Amino acid sequence: MTGPASIIEGRAIPLGLKNVDTDVIIPAHWLKTVTREGLGEGAFETIRQTPGNPFDVEDFANAPILIAGDNFGCGSSREHAAWAMLDMGLKAVIAPSFSDIFAGNAFKNGILAVELPQNQIDRLLSIAQDHPVTIDLENQVVTTHFQDRFQFEIDPFRKRCLIEGLDEIDLTLSSESAITKHERQRANALPWLDNPRRIAV
Amino acid sequence: MPHTMRTMASKPRTLYEKIWDSHVVERREDGTCLLYIDRHLVHEVTSPQAFESLRIAGRSVRRPDLTLAVPDHNLPTTPRLARDGARVPIADAQSAAQLAALERNAPEFGIPYIDAVAAEQGIVHVVGPEQGFSLPGTTIVCGDSHTAAHGGVGALAFGIGTSEVEHVLATQTLQLRQSRTMEVRVEGELGPGVTSKDLILHIIGTIGTAGGTGHVIEYRGEAFERMSVEGRLTVCNMSIEGGARAGLIAPDDKVFEYLRDRPYAPTGADWDRAVEWWRSLHTDKDANFDKTVIIDAAEVEPTVSWGTSPEDVAAIGGTVPSPESFADPAKQEAVRKSLDYMGLEAGTRLEDIAVENVFIGSCTNSRIEDLRAAADVLSGHTKAKNVRWAIVVPGSGLVKRQAEIEGLDRIFTAAGFEWREPGCSACLAMNPDKVPPGERCASTSNRNFVGRQGPGARTHLLSPAMAAAAAITGRLTDVRKLTST
Repeated sequence: MTGPASIIEGRAIPLGLKNVDTDVIIPAHWLKTVTREGLGEGAFETIRQTPGNPFDVEDFANAPILIAGDNFGCGSSREHAAWAMLDMGLKAVIAPSFSDIFAGNAFKNGILAVELPQNQIDRLLSIAQDHPVTIDLENQVVTTHFQDRFQFEIDPFRKRCLIEGLDEIDLTLSSESAITKHERQRANALPWLDNPRRIAV
Repeated sequence: MPHTMRTMASKPRTLYEKIWDSHVVERREDGTCLLYIDRHLVHEVTSPQAFESLRIAGRSVRRPDLTLAVPDHNLPTTPRLARDGARVPIADAQSAAQLAALERNAPEFGIPYIDAVAAEQGIVHVVGPEQGFSLPGTTIVCGDSHTAAHGGVGALAFGIGTSEVEHVLATQTLQLRQSRTMEVRVEGELGPGVTSKDLILHIIGTIGTAGGTGHVIEYRGEAFERMSVEGRLTVCNMSIEGGARAGLIAPDDKVFEYLRDRPYAPTGADWDRAVEWWRSLHTDKDANFDKTVIIDAAEVEPTVSWGTSPEDVAAIGGTVPSPESFADPAKQEAVRKSLDYMGLEAGTRLEDIAVENVFIGSCTNSRIEDLRAAADVLSGHTKAKNVRWAIVVPGSGLVKRQAEIEGLDRIFTAAGFEWREPGCSACLAMNPDKVPPGERCASTSNRNFVGRQGPGARTHLLSPAMAAAAAITGRLTDVRKLTST
């Protein structure tokens, strides 16, 4: 995992839309890849076909932050959504709420998902039109040049992983003996779970 | 562990909490749990990057025996073998490469693999229960959000991203926080012509697409007790459309009978022990849910979607709503965009909406009961002239075979439907099955998102029986009008 810097500062794309689903973030025809790279080209493809959409505004080229409405990333579990956003240079998304699976996928890819209430989102959407926004992960606060200070909550484990760039699989493998113990107990109590018939190998 | 489930019975718990507790490997100080995964289903779209990362890190798959791989998303649904028995090559080079990667990765990592031309091949969420790989009380994951389907047999099943696929392959666990609990209780009995699909669409319309976010839904009440196992799979399948990562229904005798003698199900003395444990899997009498929604089954009508979010649904007798009928200004704006995309005007009767395409299939509605329900309505009818393209895509080769034994395929083809090979197909249009821009599709799938069935495609979600009715009349139709005579 590559964590973001503790401070993310720059222009924020004021998308604002609610229920942005992962088919909108990256349509299915882009999923036929076997790598994680190059998906930025297809990111938000259907929105980008609409003239005057915020992604086409020159000021927002390479903006590190996206501001959206409720339930961002709903729908499919495709991690390609997070990869596409990373590929277009995004490091953080600010929204009132996120779908559970997207929030997990974003985190695994070092994208910070910041939850703020709608009234603060509205304020940021208006400021972001002309000014940058700053996210301070260490202090869990979003600030603007106009004295706004919006505190946000984040899971302490995720915060630590993001800042320190911890590899989650390594972390889990340090609990190897606990996993083995669980497997042994499970084999005693529910032995049939370990013996499913194989069709072919 | 399962055996401690009985000793920890002091505090009343929900079914979800019981399954969760029995799979906790380690509980961290911050509340994160390392959760053991009993079953991992793998398909070609969300796994190649995970296998590649394992290779780079020199890691192996911890429990290939608990893993099952099957291709489904990219496969064309046209014949896969030529007359001479040779495989028909896949025209789309990217699809072919992704399918080839799974075919290579599975044996390299020792994972059982169901080949594209095997009779057992099908949509991963149809295959799991059908093979008895998905069992009550287990934790099941797959790199696909419709994994919630397996909750229909009483499993805790949820979709994961590719990094999590890699994590499960390497460790057979996931680091997770426990979700909140939500009860959706449906009292009473569904009316004639009202199906499990109508019910779940109605539920999503009631709670909204974010209604279950952060929660695991348990569906309870008479309507689910009366429902077939396949109907339960349909309901749980669309939990994600209500924002819940998982949905489940307590297993009962119907589930046990459904699973008996399936290839991966326990046998002999193991079967008896399994059933004994499965009978303990239900929510305790005094257990609390963080959220409860109660729905009267009698109020549920055959339901269709009119917009571009699965919460945009209405009873078939209704009309397309106006943006102003919604209180939330953001929703009003979303509805305006939806109606524009869908080419619909507020006030239009849903039964006046003509469709050019009909798709019967997807992990939501492609099991044998779904095909029977559609064939039942279609029998003796043909599709309307304005219906240009109508296809049936069975959920698996075994469903297809069973349907052919019952003669359903002949009913479909006589009605003007194409009878296809199993796969995800036009649900998400990753394979060649797409709805053309600007055209409408009456679809038994699960998502009506913008572009979901192809760029510019307009999706109306409905049940298999309602899809059949739409094919006959060429417009959205209350199936009860065709079957009540």
